[in-house]
Amino acid sequence: MSALTLTDIRIMDPESGRDEVGHVLIEDGRIAALGDTPVRGEVIDGHRLTCAPGLIDARVKAGEPGQENRETLATAAKAALAGGVTQIVVQPQTEPIIDDLSLVDFILRKGEALDVDVHVAGALTKGLDGRTMTEIGLMTDAGAVFFASGPNPVEDAQIMRRLMAYSATFNALISNSPVTPALSNGTCAHESDVSARLGLPAAPAISERIMAERDMALAELTGGRLLLDLISSAETVDSVRRVKGRDIDVSASVSINHLALNELDIGDYRTFAKLDPPLREERDRQALLRGVEDGTIDIIVSDHDPQSAGRKRLPFAEAAPGAVGLELLLAVGLKLAAEEELDLMAFLRAVTINPADLLGLKGGRLSVGAPADLVIFSETDPWVLDSEALLSRSKNTPFDDRRMTGRVRHTIKAGRIVYSAT
Amino acid sequence: MTPFEGYEFTKRHCLDISDFNRADIENLLALGAHYSDLNVQKHGPRDALAGKTLINLFFENSTRTEKSFELAGKRLGADVISMQIGSSSVKKGETLLDTAATLNAMNPDLLVVRHGCSSAPSLLAQKVSCSVINAGDGMHAHPTQALLDALTLRQAFDGDFSGIRIAICGDVLHSRVARSNVQLLNMLGAEVRLVGPPTLIPTDADQWGVDVFHDMKSGLAGCDVIMMLRLQMERMSGAFVPSKREYFHYYGLDRTKLTYAKDGALVMHPGPMNRGVEISSNIADDPDVSLITQQVAAGVAIRMAVLHALSEGIR
Repeated sequence: MSALTLTDIRIMDPESGRDEVGHVLIEDGRIAALGDTPVRGEVIDGHRLTCAPGLIDARVKAGEPGQENRETLATAAKAALAGGVTQIVVQPQTEPIIDDLSLVDFILRKGEALDVDVHVAGALTKGLDGRTMTEIGLMTDAGAVFFASGPNPVEDAQIMRRLMAYSATFNALISNSPVTPALSNGTCAHESDVSARLGLPAAPAISERIMAERDMALAELTGGRLLLDLISSAETVDSVRRVKGRDIDVSASVSINHLALNELDIGDYRTFAKLDPPLREERDRQALLRGVEDGTIDIIVSDHDPQSAGRKRLPFAEAAPGAVGLELLLAVGLKLAAEEELDLMAFLRAVTINPADLLGLKGGRLSVGAPADLVIFSETDPWVLDSEALLSRSKNTPFDDRRMTGRVRHTIKAGRIVYSAT
Repeated sequence: MTPFEGYEFTKRHCLDISDFNRADIENLLALGAHYSDLNVQKHGPRDALAGKTLINLFFENSTRTEKSFELAGKRLGADVISMQIGSSSVKKGETLLDTAATLNAMNPDLLVVRHGCSSAPSLLAQKVSCSVINAGDGMHAHPTQALLDALTLRQAFDGDFSGIRIAICGDVLHSRVARSNVQLLNMLGAEVRLVGPPTLIPTDADQWGVDVFHDMKSGLAGCDVIMMLRLQMERMSGAFVPSKREYFHYYGLDRTKLTYAKDGALVMHPGPMNRGVEISSNIADDPDVSLITQQVAAGVAIRMAVLHALSEGIR
């Protein structure tokens, strides 16, 4: 019988609201006791450290299959563990696109060999064409945890309606990108005085709100489960907040980048801060932070999107959007908490229990009997981010050279220490 | 002769089940049962429609419906002609009412109409001076199919099927057969359920006096009869359901799903079937389970009954 005790550690569990200093006893891969418990087996001194459930990152592009030069499932898993992430959900936009149950099965089998739990989001439409429904029932049975539109939204309202109605039979979660193509196609920035000054083709924030409103109306009509994938504007936060007061199954995600950065981080055409959706104004960022705190936004994701330097070192409009984030999701969250921009418990809720409940996953909680998936971190360690030190195969991050506060010390998966900071 | 003992059938057209009251239906079914006897049907007197003209006017392709009306008319002694309009005048730009006026000038007594648009037969009925029988209009109604299904059920349940539980499964959204059957089976006292994916069940169908289910297991529980509907192949392209494979997996009737229903449950299908899509062959061809052949046989008998009954009003 293997045992491990974390002693005198701040225990933060968003599910129960528990926030106290105590011991955590782990036996046989499960949490055996919490709080005032005897010390048994191996010991990690948790003095001045904090532990929380292992993070669940619901939006990861792993590059495999098809783009292994950017990332593989194995390198993504290493990066995840270094960031305190113990479960990832890979996105369907690989080569080939995950629109068939055999591909769902392929990813899940690959994931079995890794120390992180790998889940799959299936493609909502065949080849992500936005028109042809995939085998949502069979893929759900094969293990897909939700169905994503990919980078482009399902534009046709009738098709979206049928997708939502059909998926309701299987209680499947549908994620659509809230973007109105007619307003956003061909743009690469948020419409504001900043993008105007930079001369970048820009889309107004309402492009997002219009599509979000449409999809929420369709969710009401069909009774389907909707996830608004990566919201980024104050207007959308307001819309979602209004709808959530009613009996409609709507949830929303935000990327950690949009909680920490705004359009000024583009600076002098820094393509590493080119993201999709684009970074917006400071008031949008503030609205997103408040949205996380009051529960309007359910989950925070890294939106991990590895890109080679070659695809980033291009004129701004031509550069690929996206940033790696698996190793930074928790670190940036801790920085926001240390700077008192975001309540730490609210942050943790949005990366643990909320995604677990939304996607029907085990874990995401610290309770007796739950799988011992934990992250142990310091809330105060100061450090400077060096993108070259990232374990991810790609190094594209807008946080390069940033001063950070708070860092992962250990990651524990099923009771086993799978990562320790050097 | 009059078709009904002591009952005056006064209806002029057969456009929708709601045209008829319970007594009309009971008498039509009784007459249908009478004509189900092959001795009567094939060798009986051929004078009920003697001297009458029946025109089959089919704007949509059909085999079994058109031929069964043709045969029914001939076995009652009528002069029968069939017109496939899809390939003639309409392509030259003639409107429905132009066609109606042309036909009316030929003085038919009975006009059997199938059209791709809901309400086309009732529009024709307003413009011609003969009886009109709806042989299927758009997604609206197919009353003679519902009547033949009811006749088949009567024979299978020894004359009375009130109280039995019937699941109508599959593409209800596009089915005129389902709509007419819901009306008729409700009128005759059966408990009707609709089972299918939400994309193929009309919005608010639960307000038709039926229970709606989206999975076969709960939908078929306790059912005496399972009526499978044809899934139109053109709807397979991912617009309403993802694929034939997934549709059959969740909604196609096979031996496993049949066990969800009551022991000895019977299976119906209005035809033509997509084997391996909505129904597996070994069920469709199993004489202990399938009523499909009986349905076709009942088709001629019930159409003789409808033609005979309507002809009473023509004199």
